[in-house]
Amino acid sequence: MGKVAIIGVGQSAFVRGYPGSIRELAFDGFKEALEDAQISVKDIDASIICSAPEYDKQRSPSGVFAEYLGLIPQPTCYLESLCSSTSMGLRMAYSLVQSGLHDVVAVLGFQKMSEISSAESQERMGRGADIQWESPFGTMMPAYYAMFAKAHMEKYGTTLEDMALVRVKSATYGQVNEKALFRKPVAAENFSDPNHFMSGPVSSPLRVGDCCANADGSSCLIVTNKEKAKAMSKKPIWILGLGAASASVNMSGRDLFTGLSVARQAAEQAYKMAGVNPKDIDVAEVHDCFTISEIMAYEDLGFAKLGEGKELVRNKETYKEGRIPVNVDGGLLSKGHPIGATGGSQIRTIVLELRGDAGEMQVKNPEIGLIHNIGGVGLYGAVTILGR
Amino acid sequence: MSQKEKKDIDDRFKKFGTVSFTSLTKVNDFIDYLEKGKVMGTRCKDCGQVFFPPRANCYKCLSSNIEWFEVAGKGKLLTYSKLKYAPVGFENDLPYSIAVLDYGDYKIFGRIAGSVPEEEIKLGMEMKTVVNTLPNGQLNYVFEKA
Ligand SMILES: [Zn+2]
Repeated sequence: MGKVAIIGVGQSAFVRGYPGSIRELAFDGFKEALEDAQISVKDIDASIICSAPEYDKQRSPSGVFAEYLGLIPQPTCYLESLCSSTSMGLRMAYSLVQSGLHDVVAVLGFQKMSEISSAESQERMGRGADIQWESPFGTMMPAYYAMFAKAHMEKYGTTLEDMALVRVKSATYGQVNEKALFRKPVAAENFSDPNHFMSGPVSSPLRVGDCCANADGSSCLIVTNKEKAKAMSKKPIWILGLGAASASVNMSGRDLFTGLSVARQAAEQAYKMAGVNPKDIDVAEVHDCFTISEIMAYEDLGFAKLGEGKELVRNKETYKEGRIPVNVDGGLLSKGHPIGATGGSQIRTIVLELRGDAGEMQVKNPEIGLIHNIGGVGLYGAVTILGR
Repeated sequence: MSQKEKKDIDDRFKKFGTVSFTSLTKVNDFIDYLEKGKVMGTRCKDCGQVFFPPRANCYKCLSSNIEWFEVAGKGKLLTYSKLKYAPVGFENDLPYSIAVLDYGDYKIFGRIAGSVPEEEIKLGMEMKTVVNTLPNGQLNYVFEKA
């Protein structure tokens, strides 16, 4: 048992073109978390609002949400680490609760990306990299991760077919996740069919089907201390391990292009804090913003030896019935990736799995789960280990 | 804005790349060097640390006592990707490849020259960094076969 627990989780459906404002989008995830925890807004004594800025017009969304959700006059603040914002929000909530400063903290992630075009969105995301020295070359997220894919293929013999298999697995589970954006089946052959949209080139070697899609969504986690968790919740899920790291924003400062140093460092910290090793993990959510990201995550987290990540998906070991089920909710590839809401959605899935509440996505009797959440091009990394 | 204040603004860096997102920096001389056909990094004169991209400040010893050095010789191609889509403002440059070159003491992120055929690009190949004038008159640097 840990010292801090998650007693409620919620998320909105992840969609294209949410028909409402960001405060209304935030309400959807928040309401589900409160109902899940069976608490009222009065029980929450602080909130942390997480997103990546500039996708919508609102500056300082925390104040707006606190008012709309009834969280005033309790303190609130905004936290940003790109796509890993909610995992960092959970880390901050842990320290607020563990220090005794607050008893019950809400971590609310959101992103409404559909207010701007896809190309504008790529420009925003590209400016999450080094705007002085890299963005003037015309950078975007798929191109950065494509450089990692190229290096991984060259060094380890990972193939385009292996990457397609990651998407096929993702789609298998996206079909049963009612909150997912992309719910159609995908076949490996779609990637070799020049007439199928999945095979369209984006940035070599990545194709459309290798990339997750922008989405609108919100997620929420309710975090509390041991005493409150025991009193308030029938099935608290304990935070056993937390790891986090950062890396050079400019690619010229990187030594590794076949994995993410932040993931390796964060994983080592989280395993050490939890007192477990990769073999103890029963179910995991990894940051599959691109298919290659999931293969690198298998290796960075120690689920496979370096260079052998491809074997896990070839042998279906990361399917629900396999040795280490990964992204059985469809992952970012199927759910869509509303940046600031993504980490909370990953954590929600693992909480539901550990409680046995994951429905059609449920894996058999997991005791320990792991969440791998990356910000930018391996700029920020957070690994969280949870247990029953 | 007064005449004097206008003169004080050194925004040379807005000339860097197809679209520059930065105009004011203490390493603005980088642009003057590009105009002279030189790609330059910086070195800390107090501890010797080498920086590319160039920096005005050393994180190792906190010195701001820097000197310029020219990026010379060959680097090894670590990885690259050819873009088929571009962010807003870069559409006219398509297709282009971004890449990382390893010079040993430092690495350089940039573009591969459009004149290098894709079938000739191999990881590990030796390349050199040269100044490039873009169609819109802006300056950057690109990698050519060494
Ligand atoms: Zn120094």
